[in-house]
Amino acid sequence: MHNVLGECNVSATEVSLSCADSKFTQQELPACKPLLTPGIVIGAFSLIGIVFVPIGLASLSASQDIVELVDRYDAECVSANDKVGFIQDTKTDKACTRKITVPKRMKGPVHIYYQLENFYQNHRRYVKSRNDKQLRYKESSSMITNCEPEATGQDGAPIVPCGLIAWSLFNDTYSFSLNKKAVEVNKKNIAWDSDKSKKFGSDVYPHNFQNGGLIGGAKLNEKLPLSEQEDLIVWMRTAALPTFRKLYGRIETDIMANDEISVVIQNNYNTYSFGGTKALVLSTTSWIGGRNNFIGVAYVAIGGICLFLAMGFVVLYVLKPRTLGDPSYLSWNNENPDQAN
Amino acid sequence: MAGDPTSSDRRRRRRGRRRDALRLSRLYSFACGGRPSFAGDDDRAASAGSRIGGPGFSRVQLAGEGQPPPDHLAASTSNSISTTKYNVFTFLPKSLFEQFRRVANVYFLLSAGIAYSPLAAYSSSSAIAPLVVVIVATMIKEAVEDYRRNQQDTEVNNRRTRVFKDGAFQDARWKDVRVGDIVRVDKDEFFPADLVLLASSYEDAICYVETMNLDGETNLKLKQSLEATSASLPDDDSFTGFGATIRCEDPNAHLYIFVGNIEIHGGQGDDHQHPLSPQQLLLRDSKLRNTEFVYGAVVFTGHDTKVMQNAMKVPSKRSNIERKMDWVIYLLLFSLFLISVVGSIFFGIATGDDIRDDGRMKRWYLRPDDTDIFFDPKNAAVAAVLHFFTAMMLYGYFIPISLYISIEIVKLLQALFINQDIHMYHEESDTPAHARTSNLNEELGQVDTILTDKTGTLTCNSMEFIKCSIAGTAYGRGVTEVERAMAKRKGSPLIADMDSGNQHFQPDEGKPAVKGFNFRDERVMDGNWVNQPNSQVIEMFFRLLAVCHTCIPEVDEESGKISYEAESPDEAAFVVAARELGFTFYQRTQTAVFLHEFDPMSGKQVDRSYKILNVLEFNSARKRMSVIVKNEEGKTFLFSKGADSVMFERLSGSQSAYKEVTQQHINEYADAGLRTLVLAYRELEENEYTNFDKKFTAAKNSISNDRDEKIDEVADLLERDLILLGATAVEDKLQKGVPECVDKLAQAGIKIWVLTGDKMETAINIGYACSLLRQGMKQIIITLDTADIITLEKGSDKAATIKASKDSVVRQINEGKKLVNATAGEAFALIIDGRSLTYALEDDTKDMFLDLAIGCGSVICCRSSPKQKALVTRLVKKGTGKVTLAIGDGANDVGMIQEADIGVGISGAEGMQAVMASDVSIAQFRFLERLLLVHGHWCYSRITSMICYFFYKNITFGVTMFLYEAYTSFSGQPFYNDWSMASYNVFFTSLPVIAMGVFDQDVSARFCLKFPMLYQEGPQNLLFRWRRILGWMFYGVCSGVIVFFLSASALQHQAFRRSGEVIDQSTLGATAYTCVVWAVNLQMLITVSYFTLVQHACIWAGVALWYVFLAVYGAITPSFSTTYYQVFAGALAGAPSYWVVTLLVSAAAVVPFFAFAVAKSWFFPDYHNQIQWLRHRERAHPDPEASADVEFGHALRQFSVRSTGVGVSARRDAAVLRRVNGGATTQVHHAADSPQQQQVS
Repeated sequence: MHNVLGECNVSATEVSLSCADSKFTQQELPACKPLLTPGIVIGAFSLIGIVFVPIGLASLSASQDIVELVDRYDAECVSANDKVGFIQDTKTDKACTRKITVPKRMKGPVHIYYQLENFYQNHRRYVKSRNDKQLRYKESSSMITNCEPEATGQDGAPIVPCGLIAWSLFNDTYSFSLNKKAVEVNKKNIAWDSDKSKKFGSDVYPHNFQNGGLIGGAKLNEKLPLSEQEDLIVWMRTAALPTFRKLYGRIETDIMANDEISVVIQNNYNTYSFGGTKALVLSTTSWIGGRNNFIGVAYVAIGGICLFLAMGFVVLYVLKPRTLGDPSYLSWNNENPDQAN
Repeated sequence: MAGDPTSSDRRRRRRGRRRDALRLSRLYSFACGGRPSFAGDDDRAASAGSRIGGPGFSRVQLAGEGQPPPDHLAASTSNSISTTKYNVFTFLPKSLFEQFRRVANVYFLLSAGIAYSPLAAYSSSSAIAPLVVVIVATMIKEAVEDYRRNQQDTEVNNRRTRVFKDGAFQDARWKDVRVGDIVRVDKDEFFPADLVLLASSYEDAICYVETMNLDGETNLKLKQSLEATSASLPDDDSFTGFGATIRCEDPNAHLYIFVGNIEIHGGQGDDHQHPLSPQQLLLRDSKLRNTEFVYGAVVFTGHDTKVMQNAMKVPSKRSNIERKMDWVIYLLLFSLFLISVVGSIFFGIATGDDIRDDGRMKRWYLRPDDTDIFFDPKNAAVAAVLHFFTAMMLYGYFIPISLYISIEIVKLLQALFINQDIHMYHEESDTPAHARTSNLNEELGQVDTILTDKTGTLTCNSMEFIKCSIAGTAYGRGVTEVERAMAKRKGSPLIADMDSGNQHFQPDEGKPAVKGFNFRDERVMDGNWVNQPNSQVIEMFFRLLAVCHTCIPEVDEESGKISYEAESPDEAAFVVAARELGFTFYQRTQTAVFLHEFDPMSGKQVDRSYKILNVLEFNSARKRMSVIVKNEEGKTFLFSKGADSVMFERLSGSQSAYKEVTQQHINEYADAGLRTLVLAYRELEENEYTNFDKKFTAAKNSISNDRDEKIDEVADLLERDLILLGATAVEDKLQKGVPECVDKLAQAGIKIWVLTGDKMETAINIGYACSLLRQGMKQIIITLDTADIITLEKGSDKAATIKASKDSVVRQINEGKKLVNATAGEAFALIIDGRSLTYALEDDTKDMFLDLAIGCGSVICCRSSPKQKALVTRLVKKGTGKVTLAIGDGANDVGMIQEADIGVGISGAEGMQAVMASDVSIAQFRFLERLLLVHGHWCYSRITSMICYFFYKNITFGVTMFLYEAYTSFSGQPFYNDWSMASYNVFFTSLPVIAMGVFDQDVSARFCLKFPMLYQEGPQNLLFRWRRILGWMFYGVCSGVIVFFLSASALQHQAFRRSGEVIDQSTLGATAYTCVVWAVNLQMLITVSYFTLVQHACIWAGVALWYVFLAVYGAITPSFSTTYYQVFAGALAGAPSYWVVTLLVSAAAVVPFFAFAVAKSWFFPDYHNQIQWLRHRERAHPDPEASADVEFGHALRQFSVRSTGVGVSARRDAAVLRRVNGGATTQVHHAADSPQQQQVS
């Protein structure tokens, strides 16, 4: 790389230009002209490799340290053959107990998630089916645009919160006990602060919600303002992909290795109609978040590829030293020019 | 037929329009010693004379105070002009219409329409905002341009003039001038409208006019009013009660013809109709000079004036790149259509499935049982079709909306750089290069064939009197450029020849002290001529030079120096020569010229006057001009000068003893590349002259079709039995640097054709001088100057002549082709004359001719008319499909300049017409080298990279959105927030690409010029072939896939922060968006090869802007920022995984291309890569290894010039070869058996 310092011939112009100006107009600004020389190329690839592999390994180890327990329960918690019929029957008892053994010590807080698969929370009809004004402002309770068909109740009064998202609120519940002792689940602060403070009103109360007709999912406590209905807030922050987890709550204590967690699940939520799965997830976190080796593997892979490329170019450079700039490599000269204009 | 006036009217109008279209190509001037003549116009005028009152000549109007214009003219009589494209009311609809002629904009308009329907995928305002920004920006640009035009118009419309009203001349504004008004124009004022000259301050009612604004000619033109009007109108007061009827042609664009008559009413009872000619017409925008004042009657106003009729739009040209870009856009639209269809099909299937056959809902949370038509499972097909429109809107980001406006901005800035380039600035004339349209910048980098004029383009068009032959003795020892070139050809050491190629040879005796005069011969200078044996003849010779012309002297009152206003530079050269040799012409009146003469008897300067009786003007058919003068002793002389071909047959047999010697001299002069004229005179008897005058006046006054023929006939009778004096030789000097420039262009693989009106010998010699021809080149000469054709022409059988000529041309072309095919690998030159060209350009032969011409290294068309020049240009353009560039300086080049893909005008001495018609103007031919090889190449490589990158970045973005759709069951949910999408093209990615389009340099200017072969990347279109475009598109797809899948897999469903929150739609979208912004900007980092601070600033600003946007947009109220509320500050910024993923994804997106670029640059380098390597090598190994590098550079250079057959270096190569082989001489191949076998070498 080098700087080309153009000659500054001010006297040649009638116009008196400052040197910098004339360099600009003469397109001779100092510039760096990177060239893909072996040194730069091999250096660049090696650098990427050297930086990426450690990051990858760090991420991988962070991810490996995380203890994540996934328990899929949608099949086991329904005994009947007609699963849809079972889940739609409001009278049957849907309690279901699951036992999970902890393989490794889980340092609190342990995050509890429910995981749904094949649930299109990102469907355009679904995403649009809410009214942000109604959620935020008390006086806007009758604003039900976009909420059809869950806009008004049978009496014609507007539903608060309206729309398909709120209506389809997840309603499985979990109660945990550890070594026969009930464990408290902290359901506070599972939603984003910004959502609680700015998107859901502290003076807006549920009204006319899940009142007859087709019941979608969970009911809401009409005494609590929306800003404190954290399950709803979490649910209403729509997921990006059809397989997603949502935060259910946290167990603030540590869980030791070989401890047995027993969970009583109220299996209410209908994922059977659309063939979705449900799972309960318990996970610790680290700086990188939850457990996912992908980032680490990808880093190591890309770093590795770059190191490999660097070596490959070294080998090529050693084995086949090209006279760079040899005119006989002018490939296009032998070809037919492209005449398609 | 006759009963249907409307249809014939229409036909006539159509014919008229066609004539207009051809008009400019018909203009041409004969630079050979005469005033510009407009052959086409002459024909028209001759035939129009008798048609006054007929169609096209129907205008009747009254002139004088209180004479209202006739009703049918009333509507069009305003003299205010408007050159604007729009007015307040039409601006909006018209400019919008212009905008939506682009298919991409129509698409965006439609998708904005969708945005306002329930089909919208995202908010309507964000969908329409980018379109509005782009449209408004373009409209502002249009409005500013139009406002400037309007300002100019207003300034012009409000200029002051004086109109006769209420018995006196009163101030009036131009726009208030009406047809029929009498106006008074004072010295150095512009004429407000087209006027008929009624009287002037001069007694003989003449006035001088400068037509700089019309045709760019700086010389003064003489106008004279009719005696009938001037006699009765001596002063302001005489106009009271004056009235006249003017009948004339309808408004038209012919500057040099005017047909009409005037009938003066009033007391004198003189109801005669007096014929009006261009001699009485004062054109708007020309200027009154050297005359105190004139009176004129307004005939044409405003848009009827000839200058406005001429103000036609330069035909808008589009570059190849832009045309091809349209196809790329179509391709994108098609793929957009395709993926929308695919998406809709999947959507339809998923939607149809939502209610099972048993009536149960599948995705119950979507309430498929109670839905509108857009998601109705029962009408899944309809829903799918409707969804198609949503998808078309959603995937709109595949089409780069800001591409057109970005290209326009970039081209404008590129044009500024061209205008600013100091290496294309001509100091002597203070003329910079000027890109008059910025449309064609990149086309400059793709030129395949240059068609150049000779006079004024390759040569200076500043004539120097250099030699003469008087009474059989040759005078003048100056050496011409061509002679020097020929001397070099013959003798001087060839390597030295090469080395000195860059210098401009100085004349042996220093620069000529006087412009236009480079004559050195002590035998006749300083009055020594009196001692020569033929001093009588010499005296007559000089006197003829001083008298026989149409120049006007201008005496500088302070210094007493005399300069001349001449209609052509060679005429000026004659008068200057006469002055330098002691016959100073110092004054001209209407009827006489005055000289200071050196009197050999007394040996003193004496003043003599010659009464001018008649001027027999030059025209193309006559090829001569004569004046008839009476000297102080009362003797009448006919002085005549003209081309040798016409003059020799007019010489008296008995009194021209040195005819043969003179002919020999003339041939020598022509060989030396000089323009020759023969001078002769005759003394006229009194009665002979009277007789002639009578006939001549009669012929002049006749108003019939054949008036000009009659005049010629009368003149012809007089111009006989002339006594030969001698011949003059004037050099048209080669412009500085022309041979070197031609050489560079040839090395760059550009073919150069010379199209000239000159004689074949002159053309060939100039060809040698600028190394388009060289020794060892086979010349194929196609001519009709053969004995049999000439014999046939003398006969009367025109049909036979035409047939024989055609056959001859076809035969010669065929023989030439055979020769070219037979001997491959040799350089050929094709030289064809104008008459043969007429036949060669006929439909059935032109392809053959083109074939032959393409096979030849150089092509020279001599004696070609402007129309032929344009036809040849069209032939090359259409026939080869390659980009042609025409360069010229005169009105005779306008046709080819407009016809060619790029027209370049030389802003030289011959006026501005060529420049006005051109796309780029430069001051000197040699600047073409830099214009093409540096600016052309840069612009081409910049624009192509820019367009490719544009497609890449939009496809990358679009693909991430499309892939996300697959995860939303193609429901049409956008991946990103509305406003962030809308900002993508405008804020985050446009600056770097614009900076690249303006500043990038693949190779520095120095290396562009050093390796001219680099230029071939343009003509072969290597940087914008489908392979490269599709490659970039494919790469865009890859980047999109990498970005989407890596970021989605990395962040899928686990917590992404320590506090356990999971990713959601807004956070994943924002992360992927961040990765896209990084990836495309890093990509730019790899693509750019010239990093200035500006470039850096733009790239990093693009990235920084995104974070600023995220932060600011996320901080404003959630009712506007919706999903992105606090997405950065609240969620992403604090999550290490966000940053880790950004680094991972952006690196992963760029690494494949980087590896590809390395492999390409190492193993399959483009030519510019090679040169980059070379520069690197040169820098890496300074002096110690310089020798190796020089050799290496030499090898590359050898390679780059191998394919060219012309140019200095080709000449050198041929010479080396010749020395090795023992020498071979030039072979002149006359395809026809020419009687005048000239040996060129």
